[in-house]
Amino acid sequence: MIRALRDVAVMLRRNLVHIAREPLRLSDVTIQPVLFTLLFVYIFGSGVPIPGGYTAFAIAGLLAMTLATSAIGTGIGLSADLATGVISRFRTLPMWRPAILVGRSVSDLLTATLCAAMVAATGLAIGWRPEGSIAGAVAGFAIFLLFSYALAWGCACLGLIGSSPESAQGLGLVILFPLAIVSNALVPTGHMPGPIRAVANWNPVSAVTAAARQLWANPNPSASIHAWPMQHPTLAALLWSAGMIAVFAPLATLLYRRRTIG
Amino acid sequence: MAEPGNSMIQAEGLTKRYGSTAALAGVDLDVPAGAILGLLGPNGAGKTTAVKILTTLVRPDAGRARVAGHDVVTEGMAVRRSIGVTAQDATVDEALTGRQNLVMVGQLSGLGRRQARARAAELLRRFSLTEAGDRVLKGYSGGMRRRLDLAASVVTRPPVLFLDEPTTGLDPASRVTMWQVIRELVADGATLLLTTQYLEEADQLADRIAVIDHGRVIAEGTPGTLKAQTGGTRLEVNLSRPEPGAAAALAPLVAGPIAISEDGRRLRAGVSRAPGLATAVVRALDHAGIAVDDVAVHPPSLDDVFFALTGDCAASAQSKEVAVS
Repeated sequence: MIRALRDVAVMLRRNLVHIAREPLRLSDVTIQPVLFTLLFVYIFGSGVPIPGGYTAFAIAGLLAMTLATSAIGTGIGLSADLATGVISRFRTLPMWRPAILVGRSVSDLLTATLCAAMVAATGLAIGWRPEGSIAGAVAGFAIFLLFSYALAWGCACLGLIGSSPESAQGLGLVILFPLAIVSNALVPTGHMPGPIRAVANWNPVSAVTAAARQLWANPNPSASIHAWPMQHPTLAALLWSAGMIAVFAPLATLLYRRRTIG
Repeated sequence: MAEPGNSMIQAEGLTKRYGSTAALAGVDLDVPAGAILGLLGPNGAGKTTAVKILTTLVRPDAGRARVAGHDVVTEGMAVRRSIGVTAQDATVDEALTGRQNLVMVGQLSGLGRRQARARAAELLRRFSLTEAGDRVLKGYSGGMRRRLDLAASVVTRPPVLFLDEPTTGLDPASRVTMWQVIRELVADGATLLLTTQYLEEADQLADRIAVIDHGRVIAEGTPGTLKAQTGGTRLEVNLSRPEPGAAAALAPLVAGPIAISEDGRRLRAGVSRAPGLATAVVRALDHAGIAVDDVAVHPPSLDDVFFALTGDCAASAQSKEVAVS
């Protein structure tokens, strides 16, 4: 057990050194979140009337969207790792083998935290506030990070299925971009066409976003929707995240083993 | 660790298919503790597949193998604790420094942080990488990368080492340095399995050689025994220009087939040593109006061994030859 944790820590360190060597690779969790937040608030916000203001409404949704797209990085990173010879070295060492996957997911959780901080800081600068309790504010971020961790395991599977970092990125975008858009993240779901509205209301991104809006006492139009996840967004967000980790973490381990043992 | 004389690497009937091609078609190996086995064969002979199975990277379809007394399929972790591996492609982290690579490998092999650092410093010194130790690998030359890779394989002083074509792609000077490094490594008593397509390399380093071709071991023994198998002395003649009549002129003087190089200028064949042989060769060729640059009579090289065993010279990187009888 201690050995496993130590191996994860070594892999984590390695991934952080990689980031330190090429800080520009972090642009998708530093520059991009700021850019997206400003673009969406000032461009979309001007056309979407929300009681309580679009900025207060949108920050939770923008967090969900930027975290979802940055999760693709896990798949890309893993796929790039698999393409290098160092994986063969790891596999001949007496190490805890899942440390490669777990170390990757933990370092990506750290970059996701940075991403969340960038969106939150931009939001604070343009007038967004978590209006509820401090505990509520913290809980809101915790839910986002848990969800981001769950998504990272999903993206790890994409990275292991695809044959190159490019295909991991392509697959990730094709899946995650619609997932982020067909939700309550950027516009309320109330006026969406029927079938799309149903998808949006059961979308995990919607549950996580609604949970954060509720915990932060931000405008949350989804509260009036009868779909079960919109009535219990925090519970739904936790169940979705736990369910995704329960499915994708073992699946990623299995895919990794299949990919690396001939 | 096994007693001297015990088998450190033992394989029985290893078989591995990739689709319809058999990479290994039943390979048996036996390397006693402290010995150096050279696994010699052309590209695609199955050398790398054999190493991958023995180092737990690939599962065999059939057959069994034990390394340091542990089964490679059922006791993979125990095997990995006993081995050091240098694969054919560099298995080091390009974005880390040499030192960071060695520390990481040490820690993942179970050394504490301080131990891993001390060992890394020691290995950088031993492999003449101290100056480059804190540079990122992207600036390393091919030879430096190979040395670092080798250093990474011996971090925990494993009793069994696998080197898969350790000098492929290196320039001649780096190759000689690498040989020296490998000799020093095994001076401590480690058991080594080395694959190579360079006959000279196996001759230089190994005390036993297994010749592998099409997934099978086709001959095994000391370099001396293998040379003896080709039967006697070899004659090599270099002509000034290709001459179609040269083989016919030589035929009465040699035993067995004559190998002619692709450019037609070099002829090689087995001969029985006789007084005045070189004189006779030159005279015969001169009589046929053929100009000779040089004549050599020498004991068989491993090139000749491979030629005698397989009937083709696929193993030889520098000369593609055809047999003329």
